[in-house]
Amino acid sequence: MTEKLLPPQKKNPQLRQMVPTLPPQMRSRAALGLTSAAARGVFSLQHCEACGTVQYPPRDACCTCLSVDLAWRETARDGTVIAETRIHASPDPYYRERLPWRSGLVRLAAGPTVLCHLHGDVGRGDTIRMDLKLDKAGQGVMIALPQERSPDMEDDPQLRELTAHPKHRRVLITDIRSPATGPLIEALLKAGASHIFVGESESWRRGSDHAAIAALERVSVMPLDVSDPSSVKKLAAEIGGKTDILINTARHVRPGGVLGSDTVFAREEFEINALGLMRLAQAFGPGMASRTADGVNSAVAFVNLLSVHALSADPQYGAFSASQAAALSISQTLRAEFRASGLRVINVFAGPTDDEWHQPLPPPKVAPKVLSKSIVEALCEGLEDVYCGDVAKDLEERWRRDPKVLERELAGGA
Amino acid sequence: MSNPLEGLAAALADGSVEIVDLTHTLDPDFPVIVLPPEFGQCARFRMEEVSAYDGRGPAWKWHNISMNEHTGTHFDAPIHWVSGRDVANGAVDEIDPSVFVGPVVVIDCSEGAARNDDFELTPEIIDAWEAEHGPIPADSWVLMRTDWSKRRGAEYLNMADDGPHSPGPTPAAIEALLARDIRGFGTETVGTDAGQGSHYSPPYPAHYLLHGAGKYGLQCLSNLDRLPPTGAMLIAPPLKIKGGTGSPLRVLALVPVRTGSGERA
Repeated sequence: MTEKLLPPQKKNPQLRQMVPTLPPQMRSRAALGLTSAAARGVFSLQHCEACGTVQYPPRDACCTCLSVDLAWRETARDGTVIAETRIHASPDPYYRERLPWRSGLVRLAAGPTVLCHLHGDVGRGDTIRMDLKLDKAGQGVMIALPQERSPDMEDDPQLRELTAHPKHRRVLITDIRSPATGPLIEALLKAGASHIFVGESESWRRGSDHAAIAALERVSVMPLDVSDPSSVKKLAAEIGGKTDILINTARHVRPGGVLGSDTVFAREEFEINALGLMRLAQAFGPGMASRTADGVNSAVAFVNLLSVHALSADPQYGAFSASQAAALSISQTLRAEFRASGLRVINVFAGPTDDEWHQPLPPPKVAPKVLSKSIVEALCEGLEDVYCGDVAKDLEERWRRDPKVLERELAGGA
Repeated sequence: MSNPLEGLAAALADGSVEIVDLTHTLDPDFPVIVLPPEFGQCARFRMEEVSAYDGRGPAWKWHNISMNEHTGTHFDAPIHWVSGRDVANGAVDEIDPSVFVGPVVVIDCSEGAARNDDFELTPEIIDAWEAEHGPIPADSWVLMRTDWSKRRGAEYLNMADDGPHSPGPTPAAIEALLARDIRGFGTETVGTDAGQGSHYSPPYPAHYLLHGAGKYGLQCLSNLDRLPPTGAMLIAPPLKIKGGTGSPLRVLALVPVRTGSGERA
């Protein structure tokens, strides 16, 4: 049984904080297919189109027939542990700090036998559920999980290294006025977050749920306006050293295309949705990146909420879509910049949300509660790209198939 | 003939005329008017560091700033309102600069505003003021003192579900001021009109009637409690923005100082 993870003790101020190290990073280009699958939480392996062999590790040619016609396909996750080992010594700096480390050989029902990490609740002879996760270096790696959920299984130290679980962690949600914030607070507290800071801009306007949210236990409302550099810097100076997860819910949406809309609204959208993200990253990012190995409540994730139209514009929301594409691009650079620290950048893409700015659109629309569930799931599972709701899932699939076709479809008409 | 400014220079030097700053600090978190969200909004004051004696500029510090023409303590020109769109020389860069320096009278409504957030300046109050202080001189600034500038945070706009609640003039009061041919009208609140000013006829009477008559507005003033009812001089030059409908500005008043006996010098 997994030992229940206890809340961290206060830090000993005489001990140096652990510096982030990364697991080995040298992988082949073919192996990046594992990263792509793990980022989305799907279990995909290489399938040979010529002879049907399922192979692992990924290669440039089929290990049975040498065909180069290989496709990544979702694959059955079940397998059996045929050998296990517990490593007590390692020359690798990352593993040395985390010993002992269990790994094992698992024969997958789909064919290949893989060397993988073992969850603490599985051992030799067990049938398991294989999962692909991103490790701190952003590589897709396999971990054998118990087939049935075991109590506190998310507390397993090896699994926790591969996720961004909110348990015992401190979270900053940037905008109290976002419809997602209320349900998000609830879901994070349920998942075990130790404290939640909620940013509030322009408290002089009133009209936020300030009183109700500030009254919650383990929740504090803090002044934060992502469009104001001094406000972002001030809050980072105050809580930047204890922000383990940052969830950016601040966004500005106005309907309208490009020709008929003025640039005043567009500027506000870019100020908040793109530059706001940049300001948050600049103010909170370096501090978080330095604390990714800081024990139980280490910094783990920077989460953006994006419209799925960051991938392909919705002409009904032209300038807003442009701001979302800019935010997506910024998040990609942040991933590169945070890579050395292992801090994860999570993008949660949603279709039209069920709020006043999408009021005349027909359903399905994403309810705030569903969005908050997706965000917490992404953290618990350690995903990087999440598509929340039917519209986003459908759009992502069409975008993957052919971006040009999608663009033309979104342009409407015959 | 002697230079009339010599007297003023001497008064400033010996302190018998003091300079009172009627301006709020331009602060990113200072309230601006909030319109229904489907309308374009008044930009808040923003300041971004360009360099601070560092790699971006080793020996100097400076900022890019941005804001609306109507952010913070600001001046309203006639073309700000639809009623004043055709007023000649109605933009800030076209206004005769002699307008920017002139006499000012202050009508103290602070007691009423302390009791009632929606306190109204009425013709009766203006008449009563004149009974005490004499007629409002033509071509002078008229400021409505409410001590609203002492409010902070949410108390300032005082937003409720039915809109903001702050004091302001009735349409009849503005008509009465126009009958006296004033130069302009100023307040301590976020606008020259009351928080509930949209419910008058015409809506926003101060904006509508003043600017239609080619008069000017000043709002978000502070320190009006330091001005005498009459006898002070206002200095309020907006930035010279081409076609500008208004401008943030530094508003100063020249105030004769009380003597030891409590009389004005």
